[in-house]
Amino acid sequence: MSDAPPRTPTDWSGERMQRRIARRYRAERRFRLLGLAAIALSAAFLLVLLGSMLTRGIGGFTETRIALPLDLAAAKLAVDPARLKGRGADLALADAGLEEAVDAAANAAWPTLGGAALLSDGAWLRVRGAVEADPTLLVRRATVEVPVASAIDIACKGDGTPEAEAIVRALGDQLSRGFNRDFLTAADSTDPTRVGIWGALKGSLMTMFVTIALAFPVGVLAALYLEEYAPRNRWTDLIEVSINNLAAVPSIIFGLLGLAVFLGTFGLPRSAAIVGGLTLALMTMPVIVIAGRNAIRAVPPSIRDAALGVGASPVQVVFHHVLPLALPGILTGTIIGVARALGETAPLLLIGMRAFIAAPPDRLTDPATVLPVQVFLWSDEVNRGFVEKTSAAIVVLLVLLLAMNGIAIYLRNRFETRW
Amino acid sequence: MRDNKPPKMTAEHVDVFYGDHQAIRDVSIHIPQEEVTAFIGPSGCGKSTFLRTLNRMNDTVTSARVTGDIRLDGENIYAREMDVVQLRARVGMVFQKPNPFPKSIYENVAYGPRIHGLARGRADLDRIVEESLVRAGLWSEVKDRLADSGTALSGGQQQRLCIARAIAVDPEVILMDEPCSALDPVATARIEELIHELRGRYAIVIVTHNMQQAARVSQRTAFFHLGQLVEYGDTSDIFTNPREERTRDYITGRYG
Repeated sequence: MSDAPPRTPTDWSGERMQRRIARRYRAERRFRLLGLAAIALSAAFLLVLLGSMLTRGIGGFTETRIALPLDLAAAKLAVDPARLKGRGADLALADAGLEEAVDAAANAAWPTLGGAALLSDGAWLRVRGAVEADPTLLVRRATVEVPVASAIDIACKGDGTPEAEAIVRALGDQLSRGFNRDFLTAADSTDPTRVGIWGALKGSLMTMFVTIALAFPVGVLAALYLEEYAPRNRWTDLIEVSINNLAAVPSIIFGLLGLAVFLGTFGLPRSAAIVGGLTLALMTMPVIVIAGRNAIRAVPPSIRDAALGVGASPVQVVFHHVLPLALPGILTGTIIGVARALGETAPLLLIGMRAFIAAPPDRLTDPATVLPVQVFLWSDEVNRGFVEKTSAAIVVLLVLLLAMNGIAIYLRNRFETRW
Repeated sequence: MRDNKPPKMTAEHVDVFYGDHQAIRDVSIHIPQEEVTAFIGPSGCGKSTFLRTLNRMNDTVTSARVTGDIRLDGENIYAREMDVVQLRARVGMVFQKPNPFPKSIYENVAYGPRIHGLARGRADLDRIVEESLVRAGLWSEVKDRLADSGTALSGGQQQRLCIARAIAVDPEVILMDEPCSALDPVATARIEELIHELRGRYAIVIVTHNMQQAARVSQRTAFFHLGQLVEYGDTSDIFTNPREERTRDYITGRYG
């Protein structure tokens, strides 16, 4: 090497070097700008989504009411006052012909504008509630606020047909706007002014309950066994590949599986939350297993050594040390899996959860529907009153998802270990 | 070699394999009671591997296979009826990197006695924790913050916490796998002092890369090379008058 020419000293301030430095700085700036642009784009999409859902959906939480002058004394309802107390009251008033009396009152009040057609199908139920709260309504004149028919409601919110808008103008300040409490307590209906989200929300919560109750323990135990106990051989490799593939299987296929196995083989009831939950659990479990294994693998081996070194048994090592340390990661994976299941529609359609269910489910085996399916069903309706209900249902679904993510973040921070 | 007391642990013709690779070849050694035995040797010579066979920590490595005969007080520790959990309670271990549990200082020390049911009630457990921390020379530094996380301590304190954790289950033998290699000289000096104080109660086996440390803390020294036990004897003999050429070369720094 002695005959090679000596290296010239590096010229750090030369022009070539300066150009290199400038190029490096440009690359840094470019990369930062690209990152910022990506963040800004996603934030903008999110804002547009949330903004449009909220502006459209907010109407779904309100209703238009009309002041209906009532003279039930004149209608001569034959009601036994003793029956107005307690459980029989609903039936007593329905038997007495309250619905007809309410229609008659509307026909008398607005004979030219459409009469009873102005009122929602559920208007008389509101009157019934008022009578049960205050039985003196049966013997005196009074005004009760009742919800209007869907067409009038839409016109009042500024998007109606010309005829309906003419009626709204004629009614003037007899109309008022209020919070639609029924939307949060009722279930599906054919009349958009009477629908509620509670049925679908309750169905979603029950389905989630089944999914979590099944997928979480099974997924975590499977992850623990595979990471801590199973030997590394061809069989465990096969299981690992299968689980990874399972996580990538399209959800509708899980629906077909649920249909064949839970409905076909086991004969569980159609449309039930338990079947939906079981089907979604099949879908969620691989996600939990994969996330769980990663979280368990991230627990430093020195902790296992330390526990074994003081004489902890393998089960004690797992439950006293590994699992608590892996829990934040497992929970994050679980929430991601469950959130995906919560928004799932396709597999539930196949097991019959798209049925029209007018009563909230009480048991896991009752026919039920879930929020995304409800959104799907309402978006398919011809009646224009369902447009804002669809958006309102989406808002409820998003709020539920946000709440779940909030819980996940809370739990994660709670159990997080600082090293 | 002084043989006035029966050895605490004996190993006869021990071989250790990792898969097809033989890490330990035909090692026979007697670990005396109430003394410190140092294992020295160049990296990869198998001294840590051999140490881990003494409380069967190698069981966690699926490919590892141990043959030969290792006895604790005459009991074969690789026998079928030997309970590994109890063995590890009797033969405690301190690792190279301080590895306290990410729990409070109190919980770190109380964990062993708790899982083995060594304490009768809360007061008894408090006493064991205090006694262990005192013996590990950590009590005065942590007595006011037992609820703080063990991982918030300094490296040297963490290692003493690990020693306290090991002695809390009242072991008969303590294995130390390069306990000072991650510590600064001051912390190292404290641990060495501690080893001095502990040796009256336990048989201690320490693996070390540091020849001065071996000379300072141990009464017996074993020199390992390429998986074999080259020489074993009183520390003073090994360091001043080794019988084997390889030992002399290693101690005088010709390789390693």
